[in-house]
Amino acid sequence: MISEILFMNGYGLYVWSSFAFTLLSFFSLFVVTKIQYARERKKFIVKFGNLKSEKASFAKSQSINKQILSNTSGF
Amino acid sequence: MFKYFEPSKIFSITSKAPKYVLFLFIIFISIGLTEALILSPEDYKQSHSVRIMYVHVPAAWITLGIFSSMTLLSIVGYIFKIRNFFLISKSLAPSGFVFIIIALVTGSIWGKPTWGTWWAWDARITSMLILALFYLMYLLVWRLYKNEDKIFKISALITILGIINVPIIKYSVNWWNTLHQPASINILSKSTIHPSMLVPLAIMTAAFALFSLLIFLMKYNTELIKIKNKGLDRL
Repeated sequence: MISEILFMNGYGLYVWSSFAFTLLSFFSLFVVTKIQYARERKKFIVKFGNLKSEKASFAKSQSINKQILSNTSGF
Repeated sequence: MFKYFEPSKIFSITSKAPKYVLFLFIIFISIGLTEALILSPEDYKQSHSVRIMYVHVPAAWITLGIFSSMTLLSIVGYIFKIRNFFLISKSLAPSGFVFIIIALVTGSIWGKPTWGTWWAWDARITSMLILALFYLMYLLVWRLYKNEDKIFKISALITILGIINVPIIKYSVNWWNTLHQPASINILSKSTIHPSMLVPLAIMTAAFALFSLLIFLMKYNTELIKIKNKGLDRL
């Protein structure tokens, strides 16, 4: 049963390599996108932390800024 | 109406959505892979090599859908001067590009046991390669140029020129004698694919669509934070 799934009448190499390439592409794109997101968010947090108090409170009045700071979903 | 497309309103949704989309994607891809690799039957002619269809076809469908959406967004965005539409289009492009690469590579792998060659300059394959180049040009424009107006103009032009290629891709198998087989699934007429293969194909298509939605959401959130970073610089 397992060898049939692996070898697929001699087509196993073609089938498995296609699926492997697809899943590897998905994984790579996901990781790259996640790194880019984390980098931008980190930059935002550092910049926000360096703001003087009145500028920080003005920036915090914008709902999107609050959402970026409080986003703990990992995305 | 367009006030609903404001980034701050959208971010409240897009920042929460990825975890749910990822969860759904994992469910769909797990079922899809089990169906595609184990449960679905082999083809009487192509044997097990037909299983490549379950990654090749959804990737091709979704990349065409993404490019069409990008074109529509770029045109509407340019006419009504809605910057956010360009951001959405930009955020769609990376997954569209990866899907076209998957379609080309898996198509090439499928070609070897089926046609006896990795590559042929036939109408369908060549027109898909041209679309990949349009994706590449689109992505490069956002990297190379700094002036936003220029980026909007050039990227819209690329999508408009590229969309001419989409009907050529679709009908190439009917207009010319190609190695590539004609479509087995038709919306307007009866499909020639058996339900035992149609179901895994539909599940894999849903999984791929969810993945492109996930990447789009993550990319779009990144773009919004980039804008906010520039906003902090100006304070």
